[in-house]
Amino acid sequence: MQLPPPQLPLLTRRTTLLSATLLAASNLLPLYAFAAEEPKRGGTLVIGSTQTPRHLNGAVQSGIATAMPSTQIFASPLRFDDKWNPQPYLAESWKLAEDGKSLTLKLRKDALFHDGKPVTSADVAFSIMAIKANHPFTTMMGPVEKVDTPDPYTAVIRMGVPHPAIVLAMSPALCPILPKHIYGDGQDLKNHPRNTTDVVGSGPFRVTEFKPAQRIVMERFDKFFLPNKPYLDKVIVNITPDMASLVLGLERGDVQMLPFATLPTDLKRFANDPRVSLTPKGYDGIGALNWLAFNTAKKPLSDVQVRKAIATAIDKNFIAKALMGGFATVSDGPLVANSPFAVPDLVRYPLDLKKAGEMLDAAGYKAGANGERFKLTIDYLPGADDQQKNVAEYIRGQLKKVGITVEVRASADFPAWAKRLASHDFDMSMDVVFNWGDPIIGVHRTYLSTNIKPIVWTNTQSYANPKVDELLNTAGGLIDPTQRKAYYATFQKIVTDELPIEFINQVPYHTITNKKVANVPTTIWGPLSPLDEVYIK
Amino acid sequence: MGTLRYAASRLLQALGLVLAVVVLNFVLVHAAPGDPVETIAGASGGMSPELMAQLRTQYGLDRSLPVQLGVYLGKVAQGDLGYSYFFNLPVTSMIAERVPATLLLVLSAVLLAFFVGTALGVLSSRRPNGLLSQFITVLSLVGFAAPVFWLGIMLVILLASVFPVLPVAGMRSIDSTGGGGFADMLDVAHHLVLPTLTLSLVYLAQYSRLARSSMLDVLGSDFIRTARAKGLADRVVLYKHALRNALLPVVTVLGLQFGNVLAGAILVETVFNWPGLGRLAFESVLRRDYPTILGVLLFSSIVVVVMNQLTDLCYRFIDPRIKTS
Repeated sequence: MQLPPPQLPLLTRRTTLLSATLLAASNLLPLYAFAAEEPKRGGTLVIGSTQTPRHLNGAVQSGIATAMPSTQIFASPLRFDDKWNPQPYLAESWKLAEDGKSLTLKLRKDALFHDGKPVTSADVAFSIMAIKANHPFTTMMGPVEKVDTPDPYTAVIRMGVPHPAIVLAMSPALCPILPKHIYGDGQDLKNHPRNTTDVVGSGPFRVTEFKPAQRIVMERFDKFFLPNKPYLDKVIVNITPDMASLVLGLERGDVQMLPFATLPTDLKRFANDPRVSLTPKGYDGIGALNWLAFNTAKKPLSDVQVRKAIATAIDKNFIAKALMGGFATVSDGPLVANSPFAVPDLVRYPLDLKKAGEMLDAAGYKAGANGERFKLTIDYLPGADDQQKNVAEYIRGQLKKVGITVEVRASADFPAWAKRLASHDFDMSMDVVFNWGDPIIGVHRTYLSTNIKPIVWTNTQSYANPKVDELLNTAGGLIDPTQRKAYYATFQKIVTDELPIEFINQVPYHTITNKKVANVPTTIWGPLSPLDEVYIK
Repeated sequence: MGTLRYAASRLLQALGLVLAVVVLNFVLVHAAPGDPVETIAGASGGMSPELMAQLRTQYGLDRSLPVQLGVYLGKVAQGDLGYSYFFNLPVTSMIAERVPATLLLVLSAVLLAFFVGTALGVLSSRRPNGLLSQFITVLSLVGFAAPVFWLGIMLVILLASVFPVLPVAGMRSIDSTGGGGFADMLDVAHHLVLPTLTLSLVYLAQYSRLARSSMLDVLGSDFIRTARAKGLADRVVLYKHALRNALLPVVTVLGLQFGNVLAGAILVETVFNWPGLGRLAFESVLRRDYPTILGVLLFSSIVVVVMNQLTDLCYRFIDPRIKTS
């Protein structure tokens, strides 16, 4: 596993100022000056997607289904490169105060909404408070108290406690800037009619057609604030619940981009196809982990030795190499390997069936006459067999070898599985959980004892360790990235030692594109970022 | 008893039937584990308990099931099918948007099945033990036995991948702007071929079996012998005398089977990503989008009931022997 970058370059005052100045200057340089060929204007990009968005307003709706179109329609204060560095977008420069309690954004003056009205600090203030009030990720903007607007192009986000995650929260996928003159009419934003019809943002593309569960057509916004961009004339998101028909569409050339592909059979098929390219880059931001969750409130899984024995009986390398065709990488901790806060110093459990048996013996679970120690059930998320069901079946086979009889429980569909997890009615369950960039958004929720809730993707493992609570709560407010990382390092060590979760692999998301597509998005947010630089050769 | 009074009593029965369907659907849909708010939380990648509670209150899911049923029935009585929880759009407009696609698919499938099926049945009845008849029998048995979705997938592989002459899925080309012009109609027709073929094969098989046995039945009756005896041409006997009478049971089945065809459309629409009611119903079940599921089911049940009533009423005019019991 690769070491993470030595430090997070985004948060200290000096680097922030420096980078902001440098980036503001570099923004004036012609784009892709060093690229081998000149980007071409025009053309249509058809993106195949199995995800059905509820609507297009990413300020009140999280998740990848909405984020993909929302990041095209709405611009955000900042965007990020492929190394977690913030880049100017609607904000030309920005500064996180030394105490970490305010973020000042200097907006560019030439940004327009699709209806021709200018983007001002009032829109930014309105949007951030709207996100705080409506967005499902409550920890993201939670500490924000108000947004000051000393002039039309300056917005100062004021927070009650130091909150370094606020910089990442300015990402396109997390902070769409809404036009206040449209959404500020007093209607409930979660159910606002303009989330679906006549959606207006300031991003590179404007919506011309939205047919729920069918397709989204977006056309180039001619007055987009970045000169000459976007290169594409049109982006069409073609929604089909069936991945196989999208794969067929890509082969036929009907579809040009297929993000979030994981199936080893598809990936293998395309890896050698001269007509397409394949990249695993672009998924660090969402940081998707595939794992086995233990219900630590239930016997015998409440015994950490039992959990460790189970981990010792599982060969993650086999899962990543054989079950997932070598496209996945093994994961050993709660943070995705490329996260700036991930550390290599984790407790690991190499496969050793004999040792696993001995650990179970020592924990007091001797094998009975039929070789069985005890019974467990394992659930899995339906609809992603390559990541979930197949692994569950493999674990069943492995645990049988050490005397644990496992019953794999199928769920008919997502709500049925979510119900089981939410009501804590499970022994073990496979699950896919996203880091969502900053640990405060996607990582804390799984381990805080205050977040043991009857809701899916909370701490349904019932894991409670006051030390972990304290580490996370402190780390969330530390401005200095080195110091913050040190806290997360201890947290990662404890969690991998106490094992409320057996981390298995990073979800092998790939973006498959037709060879004609250039500048495939590989930033940390990948397909969930503006496609203004993509072009068709 | 007058036709009018008969029609009125049938109407009353139909209303009761639709009401029973609504209540049954409501209970069944709510019996499925998980609720729409959990699905929305899932689509959001997580959600706070406060927000989930807020959504549950907003959708009225915090009230008892009988109260929810009462509220729903009250609204339906006023013609209000409510809003989709998932898309936050009026269910009536979502249904209205998708009816034409389903209607187009179902009607073209039924017509194809009826005409081709009957023709095959008649052909095979001419020489019931001939080679052609045997072939048609085998073909219709396969069509009858093969699952619709399997047939669909096989046809896609054959005609969209191996020989890519037809589109994989959808109702229009991806870059189509719609519009309803001649080019658009051609585009839709091109996309219609595979789903229609898939949906009609099962019924085609049924109709050909039915037409065949019905024809054999009729061909054995006295009036056919009389017709032949008075020297009529074989063609006239077959198509003018026999077929007309043999068609009656086929027509009956056609009317009564409309509901089945609608059900088959769910599978075909899902396989071919056809933007119709069936796909909407199926996906709404996966999302536990109660108002949408109930709306689509209510709409379909009304369509089926109306079709059945029309068939019954038509009978009274077509065949005077059928009287009210």
